Amino acid sequence: MIKHISIKNNQSISLHDIPVLKYDDFLAHNTSLLKEEHHHCVNYFGFPQERKLRLICCIANDNEHTILVSSSLINLDSTLPSFTHHHLSFHIFEREIHENYGIRYSDHPWLKPIRFSHDRYDRNSKIENYPFYKIDSEELHEVGVGPIHAGIIEPGHFRFICNGEQIIHLEIQLGFQHRGIEKLFLEKKKLLQRTILAESIAGDTVVGHTTAFVNLWESLCGFKVGNDLMFSRTLALELERIAIHTGDLSAICNDIAYQLGSAVFGRLRTPVINFFQIWCGNRMAKGLVRAGKNNFPFSKELGNRLLHLFEQYEPDFKEMYAEFKTLPSVLARLEKTGIVTKEQAYSIGAVGMSARMSGIVRDIRMTHPHDLYPQLHHKPILKHHGDVYSRTQIRKEEILQSIDYIKTLLKNIPEEDKSSQKLKSPSANAFAISLTEGWRGEICHCAITDEKGEIAHYKIKDPSMHNWLALALSVRNNEISDFPLCNKSFNLSYCGHDL
Amino acid sequence: MFENIKILFHQGKQYIPDLTTAKVPGIFRGRPIIHNDVQVDEQLLVDLCPTGAIQKNPLSIDLGKCVFCGECAFAAPEKIKFTTDFKISSNERERLIVREGDDRPIQLNPQLIRKEISRCFSGSLKLRQVSAGGDNSCELELNACGNVNFDMGRFGIEFVASPRHADGIVITGPISENMAEPLQICYDAIPEPKIIILAGTDAISGGIFADSPALNRNFLNKYKIDLFVPGNPIHPLTFIHGILELIGRIK
Repeated sequence: MIKHISIKNNQSISLHDIPVLKYDDFLAHNTSLLKEEHHHCVNYFGFPQERKLRLICCIANDNEHTILVSSSLINLDSTLPSFTHHHLSFHIFEREIHENYGIRYSDHPWLKPIRFSHDRYDRNSKIENYPFYKIDSEELHEVGVGPIHAGIIEPGHFRFICNGEQIIHLEIQLGFQHRGIEKLFLEKKKLLQRTILAESIAGDTVVGHTTAFVNLWESLCGFKVGNDLMFSRTLALELERIAIHTGDLSAICNDIAYQLGSAVFGRLRTPVINFFQIWCGNRMAKGLVRAGKNNFPFSKELGNRLLHLFEQYEPDFKEMYAEFKTLPSVLARLEKTGIVTKEQAYSIGAVGMSARMSGIVRDIRMTHPHDLYPQLHHKPILKHHGDVYSRTQIRKEEILQSIDYIKTLLKNIPEEDKSSQKLKSPSANAFAISLTEGWRGEICHCAITDEKGEIAHYKIKDPSMHNWLALALSVRNNEISDFPLCNKSFNLSYCGHDL
Repeated sequence: MFENIKILFHQGKQYIPDLTTAKVPGIFRGRPIIHNDVQVDEQLLVDLCPTGAIQKNPLSIDLGKCVFCGECAFAAPEKIKFTTDFKISSNERERLIVREGDDRPIQLNPQLIRKEISRCFSGSLKLRQVSAGGDNSCELELNACGNVNFDMGRFGIEFVASPRHADGIVITGPISENMAEPLQICYDAIPEPKIIILAGTDAISGGIFADSPALNRNFLNKYKIDLFVPGNPIHPLTFIHGILELIGRIK
């Protein structure tokens, strides 16, 4: 019996081709796949079908470069054994299914609300009554931080249980940023509206999320993407990585009160995001990525400007980083702070930098390459200590690697494809999945269309969905004063999680 | 120590000397101009706009709703042009609407600026930022206002950690239902007199999220808004210039 259908990244298939298994088989099959390290779950969600709930699970096979999709049809009032009981990395997906549709799990260890979405099953569950974990003890105290934080960042609540200055446990409550994006993808009917929505999922990952959306959309519409579009998207993804990583290094310096590093890395980000403005009129690259067209073709002149930018960026960056990494006062704060072990990162399904910092090879650019990544033959940068310093080093090395990739791409700037290939409407009763490696990690968008070709379900997974738990684990047994530094070293998305 | 001084020397001067006369690089989409001597199918532009910012008779663009995608300027390049004029903040909602034939700077309405603002805040303005469903792009740009390039601190304008230390609130994002109460609590904690600034299209009108049931924008009906800063995200220069006008540092 066929238990799953094996598809490629950015492939769309008929919804009927996804095998429907009995729930017990569905559970046994997917959890057994995760026993092998080259498998991980990229998305698992439910969508209402015929007054029942169709659960769809997508497992990436990193060796074969495929995605294994299977499904199960369950009753809406079910109580089920959980996937999470077998592999913790499913926890967030099952919590989401529970929150949205009221499905109960008999053996889920942490069945709490994740974002208090507007269309949640239980409207009586309120964000002000989140059920925090408590420990009864005279020696311990709780510290609550947020939702509004000291700096200019997004809202989220952190509840610490501390023994003196030492953190025993951190629970992260999110949902404050929930704007109902997935529902709006169904309600807004114009492609441009949906593209603007994709740009607004996380405004620090505009290129990442919009690339995932347009690749998915073009796949649903059977559009053959030209070299010029793939070139622009690949280059923009790497440029976004350079910009945000540079800004993060500045913020890490700021959190350890290293003023010079903060100022220099901060100002080095400016010409990079200004280049986006020169290219497409927006410093965050809003407006750049569009399905089926390119409003801002990349020219040789732009290429030369970018090379000139790197000529000035690289020596300043290297000089600053070389000084930064020799200062004992810097290393004392970064090394052995906020450690996540390889076992922990693997068990929670960490992705992106949060996986690679602990030695896990997980990078869509290598395992499921899209756009021009196949020709770049990407090799992920790995670190092994899983501490703040590993996450800092990864950023530095990824910046230099991205500059190399862009220089390689610039050797061969494709001509603008002027053949007026029109974007058709999406095919009916289809399922499509798109994986993109944003600067934060793996982004996954899934769409299902109805018999008219309208979007019936849209599912977004930001890498932060997995990685927030990594932050919570990293601060255990650390001093509470190191929390801001740990938080910044992950730099996870609140709005990408809350949707 | 010697290395640090060397790095400082290599950086040179990074700040923008005069923020009021600065030019933004590239093809920034700032204040649009709608030419009235060109005929186009206006309905086509109205239908194209993703957020309903374009109205006809006469053709106009509401910068409080515009997400600055620039698609209208691609569809009718002779009719609509986005200029690099970043000075698009105002304290009057109506002034954010650019009509056919308009080609004058967007400014604040001096009649509407409360007297205590320039009296209390012209030399020092401390702000508390609240992101209420903001997508982190406006938040990044607000952070950039204080970096070494824009250096808003030179005017005594700063973001502070506690609302108790603040003279006003800067709101980003369309104000999600789940942030409505924390926003109110934060605002109540700021001592009088205090100002409210809406930064970004999402905050001003809800932007692409305007119809979402997951929002709760009642807060905005209760108070007078002192400054609207359009943009998606706002440009740091737009923000700084708007505030300088508000506190009377630029006439």
